[in-house]
Order: sequence, then C-alpha cells, then structure tokens
Amino acid sequence: MTKSQNSVITLENVTVKYGAGTPFERVALDGVNISFPKNKITGIIGHTGSGKSTLATLLNGLLKPTAGVIRLEGEDIHRDKEFTNKIRFQVGLVFQYPEYQLFEETLERDIGFGPRNMGLSDDEIARRVEKAAEFTGLDAYTLKSSPFEISGGQKRRAAIAGVIAMEPSVLVLDEPAAGLDPMGKEEILGGLCDYKKKTLSTLLLISHNMEDIAKYADYILVLKEGKVFKFGSVAEIFSEADDLFNSSLDVPQITKLFIELKKRNVIDRTDIYTVGYGARAILAKLGESGL
Amino acid sequence: MIKDITIGQFFPGDSVLHKADPRFKIIALIIFLTMTLAAESTVAFLAVLFLTLALAALSKINPKVLFKSVRPLFFILIFTAVINLFFVKGETPLFKWSFIAIYKEGVINAVVMAFRLVCLVLGTSVLLSYTTSPLDMTDALERLLSPLKYLKAPVHEFSMMMTIALRFIPTLVEETDKIISAQKARGVSFDTGGLIKRVKALIPILIPLFYSAIRRAYELAEAMECRLYRGGEGRTRMKVLNVKAGDFIMIGVMLLACAGVFYLNNFELNI
Repeated sequence: MTKSQNSVITLENVTVKYGAGTPFERVALDGVNISFPKNKITGIIGHTGSGKSTLATLLNGLLKPTAGVIRLEGEDIHRDKEFTNKIRFQVGLVFQYPEYQLFEETLERDIGFGPRNMGLSDDEIARRVEKAAEFTGLDAYTLKSSPFEISGGQKRRAAIAGVIAMEPSVLVLDEPAAGLDPMGKEEILGGLCDYKKKTLSTLLLISHNMEDIAKYADYILVLKEGKVFKFGSVAEIFSEADDLFNSSLDVPQITKLFIELKKRNVIDRTDIYTVGYGARAILAKLGESGL
Repeated sequence: MIKDITIGQFFPGDSVLHKADPRFKIIALIIFLTMTLAAESTVAFLAVLFLTLALAALSKINPKVLFKSVRPLFFILIFTAVINLFFVKGETPLFKWSFIAIYKEGVINAVVMAFRLVCLVLGTSVLLSYTTSPLDMTDALERLLSPLKYLKAPVHEFSMMMTIALRFIPTLVEETDKIISAQKARGVSFDTGGLIKRVKALIPILIPLFYSAIRRAYELAEAMECRLYRGGEGRTRMKVLNVKAGDFIMIGVMLLACAGVFYLNNFELNI
C-alpha cells in the first residue's frame, strides 16, 4: 500500500456484515484497509461477490460499516449525521445502468436535481448544469428534451452528468460503460478522464473490462472474497497475471498474448497491457532480429 | 431492506397438504372457514380447534413458523379478550370490584373469541398460504372460476394478471431499492423536512418506478406475443392439475367435520 501517496479516502479496518446476528449473516467486507490516491484514477476489480458494490456504497456514506472508520480528507465521514449527509455531495456515486434514476420533465431539470438538493442558487445551478452537459457531450437541444424520449446512450450521459453537476471531488462509478458500444464507451470514459483532469478530482472506476482499466487507470485495487487482494500501479498488477487468473479475474488480451510469447521465449516482457505498447515491443524485437 | 418481504410465504414441502390439488384446497378452506365461524357451543368449538391443530400437524411446517403467522394478531387478540372479559354480562359473576364485574361467560367468550381468530388465521395459512405455491394458487383460481367464462367474465386474463403481478413483485421491490439508493446519492432525504417535503421526496422514486414497470410490461407483452401468446383460447398447460382420490377424501372429511360442528352446536359443556 502506497501510504506515502496523498490519500483522499481511506478505509481503516472496515468490516461490513449483512444480517449480523441472524442465520443469514454474510460478511461482505472483512477488515479492509484501503488508501485511495488523490487526483488519480483507480480501477477497482474483483470477482462477483468480492465486495465491490458494498465498497462503492460505503464511500459516499450511503452504507455505514459494521466496524471501522472511513475518512474523507482525514475526517471520519460518520462523525455526525449532518456531516454524513453532506458527504454524498463530495463523493459522487454513479450506479450501474444509472439511466433508471432519471425522472424530471427535462434533462436540464434532472441534471440540476443534485445541485438543487444542495441548496444552491439558480444561477449556480444553471452554470453547473451547463458544465456537466459539456463534459458528457449533451447539446442544448437534448437538454430541453424529456429523459424518456432520448436514446439509451444519451440517458447514460444524462445520469452521469447529474452526478458530475454536484462537482464532487471524488467520483465513484460502477461499470459506467456497461452495455455501450465501443464508441459510446470511449466517449463516456474519455469524458470522465477529461472531467478528472480539468477539475483535479479523483476517479474510482469499478469495472470488469480489463482493457478499459488498462487504458484509463493509474492504480488498481483488487478485491477478493471481501478482502484486499492487491493494490498497486496498473503495470504492477497486470504483471502478476497468474494471481489474477486464480481469482476468477482476467488480464487484457494483449497481456495474455505476451504471456504466451514469453512462454515460447520469443519476447521476455511482463509489463505490456495496452495494444500500443505491445506493438512497439513487437516492432522493437523485430528490429533486433534485423527484420 | 425491503427485499425481505416474502409474498404468500410459500414453504415448499412434501406433506399431504402440499400435494393436494390446490383447487380442492381452496374449496376445503371455504368449508373450514364456514365451520370455524359457525361454531357456537364450546363443544363445537373445541372440535374446530382440534381440527385446526390436526391440519397444522399434517402440513409438517415448523411450529416456530406457524407461531410467527399468529404473532401479528396478538394485539387484536388481547384487545378482543379484554373487551369480552369486562363487558360481557352473564349469569355467574366470578369477580366483582366496585363497577368492574367479570362473569364466567365473559371469560369463556374471551377465550373462544381469541382462539377462533387463531384458528382462522392458522387454518388459512396451513391449508393454503404456506402449502401452496403462488402459481398453483392462481392456476387453481383460474380453473375454479372458469365456468364464469360462459358469462363473458375475463377469467383467464384475470388469472394471468395475478400470475404476472406475483412474478414481478420481487423484481420491482429490488428496483425500488436501487432507485432509492441512486436518488439518495444525489441528495434526496426521506426522513427530514415537513410532510409536504417528504411527500415530494417520493416523486424521484415513483416516476422512475412507474416508467420502469410500464416499460417491463411492454417488453413482456412483446416477448409473449413473439411466442404466439394469444390469450386463453385453446391454451394448454405443462403442469396439468390432476384430481386424485385423496382430494375427494379431503373434501369429504371437511364436509363431515362441518356437519359435525353444526350438530355439536346443540350440545353445551358445563364447566
């Protein structure tokens, strides 16, 4: 764990038990210690049931841990009810398939829902809605439409815009690109990176797609059976491919290719996780052999 | 979470009651309810109590679960008992203190009332709710009401509606949970503010929920039509309800018991 890194959210010995005391007791997270680095993009991966969704709902104060402390910028987020209620404006949480949360008459009003709940002035709300729409690629015409008249991809953008409009310093997204075509995926994820860069915020991305993680994340947190399995930079994590395979996880396809190439003693590299990097490595090798 | 609601609370099992034809169980229940309400004399009532306990035993359902079904009644039971204790006037006073008088008849009435309610609830649970899957129940209802088809009553449609509704309750409950979480994450508060504010806070929940439910309805209808669903005309079943001898015996026993209760009403127990 890189404690030396500037952390924005930390979990100290956090345990979450569902149905504590009943015969249906289930431990979702077991004494986890996590430090999320500030201003970075951290990917969160783990097999189904490893605790990812539980972790997400802990981060914005929606779920209270059975034990342990969660800190935002050093402050215990559950120190009092009022503080906890404000946390969800600082840690924005976008659930999977968030399209269903749209309900207002127009997208403009729906995106402004969060800021309205924050009690901001009309001018400020309008400014935030405009900025959020810009980040998610929604034009002025779409903003005036009803959320029930637009396409699925636009709904997705609107839902994400609704959370971005609260201008949280930490944005947690559960599979933001799920169910989107490749171009839609790139637009959403690219837009989110853009947001993070321009607002100097932190991005936490839960995903099953290793290629996406490899392309956009700086760090990776691997959860396994409710515990922290690994945490490190993208290169570090993907170089330990065997551990990931044994945890019902995967690595980017290009990484798998290089694992095979290494097995056959063709190229000895274990740090390849994007296609571009892989291509360069292959060309370099070909150059060496005089081809 | 709201997820813990179990509709119908069906407990799968292999007892005699589980295997009985659901149509006959509904008829048997009607007979049972009739006799429970018709029992007047204490002797008759004891017979009903005995029958209820026998049915409970036959269902092979965990007694703790049976107790849970009766527990919500406690308040009503105590209330009824108290009313009967203090306000029923009879012939033999047991206890007198200034204007408060408790008569023997009052005590008996209170006990009988309380246990009658218990028998009603327990009997229904054991005969129907706990031992019949919701799908079997709607199936049985459709078959029982099918003669009404000749009066142009939409029996099949009604039954299909009930089946679909039952099937979607868990789905919609889960969706409601999700919507509530998502809106909470955007700052909605359900437990602060005056009445009007709290009612308004329901809008971001209800609108997406309604939209989702209607959308599902359309998708389901399309899926059903793609599989050539055309209503109840000539529609057959995979699991056909077959009447067994045991079902007739059950009805016979119930009818006998009912007749017995009416007969026993003529006798009184002298305590």
